[in-house]
Amino acid sequence: MTRLVLEGLRKTYGPTVAVDRVDLEVAEGELVALLGPSGCGKTTTLRMVAGFIAPTAGRIFIGGTDVSRAPPYARDTGMVFQGYALFPHMTVAENVGFGLEMRRVAKAEREARIAEALRLVRLDGYAERRIAQMSGGQQQRVALARALVVNPGVFLLDEPLSNLDARLRAEVRVEIRALQQRLGLTTLFVTHDQEEALTMADRMVVMNHGRVCQIGPPEELYERPADLFVAGFLGRCNVFRGTVETPGTLRAGAIALPCDGGVPGQTAAMVVRPERVGIDPEAGLLPGRIGMTTYLGGLTDWHVETDAGTVLVTRPTPPPGDRLRRLAPGDIVHLDWAGTAGRLLSPEPNGELA
Amino acid sequence: MRAVMWRGGVGAVFAAVLLPMVAVMWLSFFDQEVISFPPEGYTWRWYVNAWEKKQFARGFVNSLQLALVAAGLGVFVGTAAAYALVRAEFPGKAFLGTLLLSPLAVPGVVLGTALYVFFVEVENAIDIDIRATLPGLIAAHVLLTVPWTVRLVAASLQGIGPAAEEAAANLGARPWTVFRRITLPMMRSGVVAGALFSFIQSFENLELSLLLVGPGRSTLPVEMLNYLEFRIDPTLAAVATIQIVLIGALMLVTDRYVNLSRVVS
Repeated sequence: MTRLVLEGLRKTYGPTVAVDRVDLEVAEGELVALLGPSGCGKTTTLRMVAGFIAPTAGRIFIGGTDVSRAPPYARDTGMVFQGYALFPHMTVAENVGFGLEMRRVAKAEREARIAEALRLVRLDGYAERRIAQMSGGQQQRVALARALVVNPGVFLLDEPLSNLDARLRAEVRVEIRALQQRLGLTTLFVTHDQEEALTMADRMVVMNHGRVCQIGPPEELYERPADLFVAGFLGRCNVFRGTVETPGTLRAGAIALPCDGGVPGQTAAMVVRPERVGIDPEAGLLPGRIGMTTYLGGLTDWHVETDAGTVLVTRPTPPPGDRLRRLAPGDIVHLDWAGTAGRLLSPEPNGELA
Repeated sequence: MRAVMWRGGVGAVFAAVLLPMVAVMWLSFFDQEVISFPPEGYTWRWYVNAWEKKQFARGFVNSLQLALVAAGLGVFVGTAAAYALVRAEFPGKAFLGTLLLSPLAVPGVVLGTALYVFFVEVENAIDIDIRATLPGLIAAHVLLTVPWTVRLVAASLQGIGPAAEEAAANLGARPWTVFRRITLPMMRSGVVAGALFSFIQSFENLELSLLLVGPGRSTLPVEMLNYLEFRIDPTLAAVATIQIVLIGALMLVTDRYVNLSRVVS
């Protein structure tokens, strides 16, 4: 169990800045997810930690030791690769045992630890199989066992679930998280899937254009995003642009909307999550007309056309016969939300808004 | 209808490839000195004749030695070069890649003449014989074998990608261990195919050898050409048939260990 510290980490390729001044501390036993669109620098950051890419500037500490210039084989990391990167010419046991062999662990102990690692990922009995005989999900677990068996100081995961189908992905997600917590592994996890990051991470790092936009626990990032990019990248949101009239009121055109404070005269963008918007056929602050209704099974989305633009509202699907259930395109409804639900942000997107 | 035409086309291509070989094998059994159709009868005597003409046996042994050494050196140099070209970054990489493949683009006679002149110059400078020696001939043939290995090994390296090598390094393997334990076994089929095609290239080469062989050390193709200067009888067809059978057998055996068609396509 080891702390991982990144200090002013930077990587440039000629004039292109891939990673720009990333500062991050991952505490012992903590799982931190690097999240962002493709090309945001999250994978480059992970690969610098593993030692496959040399940083242009900045330092990397694993357990207090500066490893910024150390070769990959001398760093105490265990990595799970996106395509698993198993050794096709070796059996499952040989794959898992490779790291132990490199550490000159004696054969008897090696075999015991291989068996234990395979049990951990529920692959006991598969030791002598060839990699080509394993399914995608099983190969995934071999890769996990291979990285875990050496008790790495830092556990690195590079989009480990992206090659699995949706159902298996949700399952493995829970499994990896349980393993990580049980073994108390300091973990850096790269993903472009916000749901994955939200469900697995102790803390998340949202990145865009090589920079860190915001670091924090999932609730904080979702509910108090630092900028429009984070708000739009994590979940869905309604954005209203206007000027703060009085603290707690945003004027967007002719309409005054509730918001969480603000300085009078300040131009701002306000984001409201669709599940925080109240919808009622009779009374409410913002009248509108139902445009489109999307039935998602457990949830229902309403796209409501108002004077402040189209507003997305989402709710657990009401029971049949409920008056909300009977809403049809063209019906008049009223929207409402608490001031605390309207988060004011700088109108600058600080990156493109999804 | 389409399927019929498609099959017909495939059949025509196969026929165009195989017919000359089949024709040579058939000719080698004709019981006549001057070839004409239909054959007057069939005989083994051209094979007996080929056996009795000691220059063919000697040429065969010379060619075998030459091809084995040239292919061995070519595989060693070519594999190292292919690894560097695919995995490393260095200035002049594109140029080196082209340079290593260039012997394939130069006609053999031109290459042979150039080497002859070059060897003369070197001999004058260092006062050691190169022409008409086995080392000189081997050096020339390495030019034939390196491009084949570079191409086939580079293709197989590109196919396997660096991820497995990175995984090994991540697990604590130093670069040489990564190469020995991961890269080499994974690109084995490329190396074997490179060795096989290098061997064939060297074994059947006429143009380079013709200008560089020494007296009494002729290779099989050169001996066959020499024989042709004086006689045109089916003995050569018999020798060619033996070559075809040997190389075919070699490919079949290799194919059992590595999937050649996968490597070459």
